[in-house]
Amino acid sequence: MAELLAPLLMIALWAAAVLTAVVIMVWIERRMSALMQDRRGPNRLGPLGLFQAIADAAKFIFKESLTPAGVDRPLYLLAPLLALLPALTTFVVIPFGPEIEVAGERLRMLVIDTDTGVMLFLALASLGVYALVMAGYSSNNKYSLLGSLRASAQMISYELALTLSVVAVLVPASSLNLADVVDYQVGKQWLGLLPGWNVFPQALGFLVFLVAAFAETNRLPFDLPEAESELVAGYHTEDSAMRFALFFMGEYMAMTTLSALGVTLYFGGWTLPGVELPAVAAAIAGWAGDPALFGLALSSWLAPLLGFGVLIGKVGLFLLFFVWVRWTFPRFRYDQLMRLGWKVLLPLALVNLVAVAALTVGGVL
Amino acid sequence: MPRQYLPVLVCIALAFGLGTVLLALSWFAGRQTGGEAKRSTYESGLPLLDRSRKRLSVIFFLVALDFVVFDVEAAFLYPWALVARDGGWPLFWAIGVFLAFLLAGFAYVWRKGGLEVRPPAAGSGTSTP
Repeated sequence: MAELLAPLLMIALWAAAVLTAVVIMVWIERRMSALMQDRRGPNRLGPLGLFQAIADAAKFIFKESLTPAGVDRPLYLLAPLLALLPALTTFVVIPFGPEIEVAGERLRMLVIDTDTGVMLFLALASLGVYALVMAGYSSNNKYSLLGSLRASAQMISYELALTLSVVAVLVPASSLNLADVVDYQVGKQWLGLLPGWNVFPQALGFLVFLVAAFAETNRLPFDLPEAESELVAGYHTEDSAMRFALFFMGEYMAMTTLSALGVTLYFGGWTLPGVELPAVAAAIAGWAGDPALFGLALSSWLAPLLGFGVLIGKVGLFLLFFVWVRWTFPRFRYDQLMRLGWKVLLPLALVNLVAVAALTVGGVL
Repeated sequence: MPRQYLPVLVCIALAFGLGTVLLALSWFAGRQTGGEAKRSTYESGLPLLDRSRKRLSVIFFLVALDFVVFDVEAAFLYPWALVARDGGWPLFWAIGVFLAFLLAGFAYVWRKGGLEVRPPAAGSGTSTP
């Protein structure tokens, strides 16, 4: 029973968090860009314009869903559905709390506790390319086709650097399971004062990961696939109403899950340095009298929930960084983008990997 | 063994279900007017000049080839990452040889100009990347 129910509950938790993140991020993006450009931004609907996202959603529903002439119908219909796929599946391997005991069994807090972990994440994330290629090809529009070609070339180029920077994190942890990667970062300190996060010994790898993450999610300064000044709207030029909204949601959700991966790999995931979440949960539960819910004591399921909160908090900081960068840097030129990916990031990722491997074998990490 | 991956299928169903519901909602709630001019392919306001599926810059194929070569090599590094610590220095030098071969190939591609992405000369009949 528990082994069937637990994954479903975790998926529900993740899906709710990821979808809520989209709504909040739309608001944050618009307000923060306004702040940075010295204007007001949406401030009419609700307190601080918080309901703007709801109004946007309603607008998407009531707009005309136009199917242009000359599209390749099956692919055209499938593309926006595929855009949601990577973002709503990749979170299955990201751990979000201390393990708990259910019906006498230890249960780790991730949907799929498997040895393939990161591989599964990267495989599912790579599916995102298909949505863009299908959208561009099926639209039968020059702008769309060029946008999707750029997108696929860009994403596969930066995927290499991303993959190599991720491998470097796995070497000291000796596991592909992200729960083990988090465990590796707990309970140690760098130089006697920094938390045991991977970002400190692998600052170079983190830099490569960060830049590649921006390119993978098609965010500025790497949003060449939808560069307005050259390609109108890129691969979704011919998409209207909810079809456009799905691509838009897919982009924001992919940002969230990729940020969650970055937090787990480099910033200790759901853990806080110096804080024992189970102890905190036990203290809160003891104060509240430890009520039971669905046959589980509050003290046992509160700790994972706290861990999830910590993880989401860190992801939130990542997302703010995404917005900050978007409204600060101008867009790259396409040849600059490819040169950065192949001639700078890829060698840097290799240097980082060899250095980490040497330090690991030498017993420093 | 494959049973533990069932949650992925659940998530895929969730993604498709959510997308389908939202698309259907907009399909039924939105006002459909259509019209010949509205449904025509977008060309920045001009009449359609020519078809969209024409010849493309060869650069994209080059990038795809580079990717296949180096990504397959990167995939070999994952099993090594698991045993790098236990393997000690002998394994480190072994993977060093592997990486040296990879780097030699990388240097060759670089020298040959396989990583160059430049707009082709004007009037060459291909589209810019």
